[in-house]
Parts: sequence; structure tokens; C-alpha cells
Amino acid sequence: MSAVAVSPIDEVKSTPWSGGRSPFNVEYGKMMMWFFLLSDAFTFSSLLISYGSLRFSMPTWPGADKVFQSVPGLLESGAPLVFVGLMTFILIMSSVTMVLAVEAGHRNSKKEVITWMILTIIGGFMFLGCQALEWTHLHSEGFWWSSIPTDHKVLQEFFKEGIPYGQQATAAHAFANLFFTITGFHGFHVFTGVIINIIITINVLVGTYEKRGSYLMVEKVGLYWHFVDLVWVFVFTFFYLV
Amino acid sequence: MSTENTAVHTHDEEHGETMTKKKIWNVFFILLGITTIEFIIALWLVPKGYIPGNIANPVYIVLTLFKAFYIVAYFMHLKFEKIGLALAIIVPILFIIGLILVLTNESHHWIDLRG
Repeated sequence: MSAVAVSPIDEVKSTPWSGGRSPFNVEYGKMMMWFFLLSDAFTFSSLLISYGSLRFSMPTWPGADKVFQSVPGLLESGAPLVFVGLMTFILIMSSVTMVLAVEAGHRNSKKEVITWMILTIIGGFMFLGCQALEWTHLHSEGFWWSSIPTDHKVLQEFFKEGIPYGQQATAAHAFANLFFTITGFHGFHVFTGVIINIIITINVLVGTYEKRGSYLMVEKVGLYWHFVDLVWVFVFTFFYLV
Repeated sequence: MSTENTAVHTHDEEHGETMTKKKIWNVFFILLGITTIEFIIALWLVPKGYIPGNIANPVYIVLTLFKAFYIVAYFMHLKFEKIGLALAIIVPILFIIGLILVLTNESHHWIDLRG
């Protein structure tokens, strides 16, 4: 303006927190997505922490390599953790295709974004299908919310030798309830993620983001999808490995 | 300057850091490698007794935290964001991890409380 000295309070400042700009230099929607993911992390953490503290407060627990040793539709037993390994691989792959979609969005390459988004959606559906198969298989053995296999000999297969039936039953009940609840919550997040991805892909197809000039929306739903993958990594570790 | 947060541009252009396709696939192979190690431990080393179960468990958790770091830092791009945003996410998560450790430890004592 003029050469007159301005008092400090009237100076136009351009530091990050002086107003008129995003202090974290991100778009509002992206920052809000991060904070939503943090809150969702609290939800899943509380579920996993209850699982952990309940499990280690019990004298026994079903062995994961004994419960999860089938490949539904192919092998009834003898393939410990193979199916869940496949599920983990599918979800990580879909995260990679999602990142590639975001990267293509940075280059404003509409065709590539569509390709990678469709692959991500397919990966999501494949994971959901696998999880449905896993649930169906466990259910056919007698597991469900508030339900465990009625045959004592069947139940014994999931535990070490020499555990009293009462302890097996208590642990199996807790295991079943926690398994279906936590994987159910996670599966629901995968499902909503797939729906959101479909909506965004349709938007990309009709050129909404091309007109807007930015594929930032793809980045934002990408964050949600990566979060879903991240939760699975933890669920996989706590239920199947530990 | 005040139009900056309504301007449509990728903030990558500002600090020049971005994930190239090469780096994306690199991180994928790192994740695949860590997962493979976890499977080797779970399906070979532990059943054969080379590693006892109570050593394997913390190992799984540490490996999982590594995977989480790579996903959050590179796939979710947090490594390239402003440190303020990164800390706003990371510090609460550190508290959660603390809670996990405390409650897992605590729960070992609950066995004695059971009938």
C-alpha cells in the first residue's frame, strides 16, 4: 500500500495459521476424511482391544490354524491359513490399484483412472465374496453369534488336547461372537467402500472430475479404501496369527 | 492467497513429492514380503518349534505395524503431508497402541479372577 508503517495487528500475515488458508495445506474434504478415519480407527481399536483382553483372560482359545484350515469349495481341511492369505493378498492388491488410480488422477488421465478404479471395485467384491464363503463355512460347522458346534468331538478339534469341555465351550462362544462381530464390522466397511467406489467411478466416467479439473475426490475415497485395508491387516494379525 | 484453499490444484505440485508408479509397486512388494514372512513364521517356524509362540506374537505385531506404516505413509500419502496433519493422526494412534499394551497386560491377571 503506502509507505506508512502499519501496526502489527493490521499486517497481512501469511503464516499457516493466520487465516485465509488451510493450515495443513490440504483441501477441507481431505482433512475431514482423515479425521473421520481417525474416529473409525478408535471404533476398530476398541473392538480389537476387547478381543485381545477377553482372549488373554481365558485359560484357552481355539487355535486359528485349526479353525481356518479350509479353502471353501475346494479343500475341507489341511490348508491352514491359505484362504485368509488369499483374502489378504486380494485386499492389498486392491489397495495398490487404488493408489494407481489416484496417481493416474494426478495426471488427469481419465481412462487410466477408470481402469484402476474398476479393478479396485472387482477386488473389493472378490474380498466380500471370500468373506461370505468363510462365514458360510464356519456357520455350516455350527459357529454363529451365540452358537458353537454341538458335537463335542468336533469342538475338540479346535483345541489342544486335555482342555475341559466347559472351558472349550466358553472360549468357543467368545471366539465366535468376536469373530463374526469384528469381521462383520470390517466387511460392512468394505461393502460401503465398494459402493462409494462405484459412485465415484460413475462420476469419473461421466466427466464430473474432468470438468472440475481435479481428481481429488478419487484421492479422498482412496484414503477410505486404504483405511479398510489397514483394518484388515490388523484383524488378520490378531485373529489369525497371534 | 485467500483463494488458495478454493483453487483447484493438486498440492503435490507445491512440494514436488509424489508417488510414482515405480514407488507404488515397490511398496506393494515390501508389503507382500512382510506378509510372506508372517506366513513363514506362522506355518513353518512356530509349528516346528523354532520360534516359541510367545516370541512369535510380538513379532507378528511389530511386522504388522511396519505394514501399517507403509500403507499410511505411502499409500495414504501421510509422509508427504504437513507435519501438523501427520501428528494429528499419529499421536492419538500412539495412545491407542499404549492402551492395547496396557490392557493386554492387564488381561493376563484377569485369569486369576475367573471362577
